[in-house]
Amino acid sequence: MTAYAEKETAITGIGQSKISRGADKSALGLTIDAALEAIADAGLTRAHIDGMATWPGDRADGSGFSDVGIPALQDALRLKLGWYSNAAETSGQFGALFNAIGAIASGLCRHILIFRTMYEATARKAGFANALNRPGDRVRGPFAWYAPYHTYAAAAQQALMFQRYVHESGIKPEQVAQIAINGRRNASRNPAAIYRTPIDMDDYFASPIISTPLRLFDCDVPIDGSTAIILSHIDAARDGPHPVTHIEAIGSSMQYRNSWTQLDALATQAQPKVAQMMWNRTDLKPADVDVAELYDGFSFHTINWLENFGFCGRYEAGDFIGDGSRIALEGDLPINTNGGALSAGRMHAYGQVHEACVQLRGLGGNRQVNGTPRVTALSTAGGPLAGCFLLVRAN
Amino acid sequence: MTDKILRPLPATDRDTLPFWTGGKDGRLLIERCNDCHHLIHPPTGFCPQCEGRDTAPHAVSGRATIESFTVNHKQWMPGLTVPYVLALVALEESPEVRLATNIVGCAPHEVEINMPVTVRFEQVDDLWVPLFAPISASVEHDA
Ligand SMILES: [Zn+2]
Repeated sequence: MTAYAEKETAITGIGQSKISRGADKSALGLTIDAALEAIADAGLTRAHIDGMATWPGDRADGSGFSDVGIPALQDALRLKLGWYSNAAETSGQFGALFNAIGAIASGLCRHILIFRTMYEATARKAGFANALNRPGDRVRGPFAWYAPYHTYAAAAQQALMFQRYVHESGIKPEQVAQIAINGRRNASRNPAAIYRTPIDMDDYFASPIISTPLRLFDCDVPIDGSTAIILSHIDAARDGPHPVTHIEAIGSSMQYRNSWTQLDALATQAQPKVAQMMWNRTDLKPADVDVAELYDGFSFHTINWLENFGFCGRYEAGDFIGDGSRIALEGDLPINTNGGALSAGRMHAYGQVHEACVQLRGLGGNRQVNGTPRVTALSTAGGPLAGCFLLVRAN
Repeated sequence: MTDKILRPLPATDRDTLPFWTGGKDGRLLIERCNDCHHLIHPPTGFCPQCEGRDTAPHAVSGRATIESFTVNHKQWMPGLTVPYVLALVALEESPEVRLATNIVGCAPHEVEINMPVTVRFEQVDDLWVPLFAPISASVEHDA
């Protein structure tokens, strides 16, 4: 197998701030919490960190979508860096991770602090306003094609893709519901999750319709919180306190039109080619995956990833999910073991990276999956954005 | 259906202005390559089919097919009338050109994937926003 760049890297540290619906710290304060925890978890000190990466970087727009950029955190922690990258125009939210892999493989740095901070719960309480709800302002960028049609949230855009998927696949609402029910069941065993009271089918169908066929329980939860990851060169990782967690393969391609309106494949979004790229960079197969942490910005995303990763055939996700037992903690393919974004909060899959490492280390407590998981599949993003990778624990 | 709040409007530039103002003359203007007649959307001034740069706004029929739709029930803003239908429609001349739009002229529950629709325009300030209605719907200014 070709010596791909990602095989020279490993995740050595993870950290997470308190996740809440209203933080008692600033966004920067939460980020410092997560960063310090991750650095210590890797057995390192601030002096070892010589690179930083984040997605999408400081937006400074008050939305809480990304209130902390690299300059603020670098300065707060007084880090001395050989390289850094904050960029929104990457292969989905994992672009920060993919950029960091390149920096390590090319020798620019050894230990990179990667983070994702959200402050949306507080921003919404403060009544955040943007061009969409300030009369008179004109909307710029790709959203300009949607804005005149009263499209105020990603939920409506994703509902369009979801409806097309339902039309093509014939998936039943009862099967879709299992993604939310599974997430909440897992969250009930996760003390850090936002919503921990289990829900059943009746609860799911009682939740309000946001935009057909999306219900409230199909949508992730805006939160305040930060997740940090330390990515290290594989040689340095072997000196760390934990079993080495290899980045086995990544998928980051952009082979479709990069557009929320003109995306080539509405029903499957941009994910199939991304997953194909990942499988082309490893000898592992879908059947080797022990745990999958599949992006659930909306439950529809998770359903898409089940098919696009090849865990089941095209349009067979509904039957694969069935009554939910296969994707439960005790099932053949446990997914979103911490509750996912639907119940543990929207961290744009960075929460799922954190959880994947917890599971690989066997530290999941009540929610630890059976056996000794060795391979996890991770994914992020919907629409024209997509990214995925495999994590493998060294024996 | 009369919205109580104004539609948020797009910023325009020299490429996109024809699309958002063609409705003034009742025309849906899509950029077209003068050499190979490929329809280009969003407009860029470049033909991805023949690499030509000789492009111009071209009036299409305004007929399209609903590729997908969603009935939005959530009132995202005070004054927003719900439910309303957001859709993606593919132009009759080129399914490659897909427009986001609202479906008007029928009840939300009547909208279906593959339904044929035709354009109508709603003026907001200096722009004419293309909307689509079922072809069977009577032509009335209820947008
Ligand atoms: Zn041409």
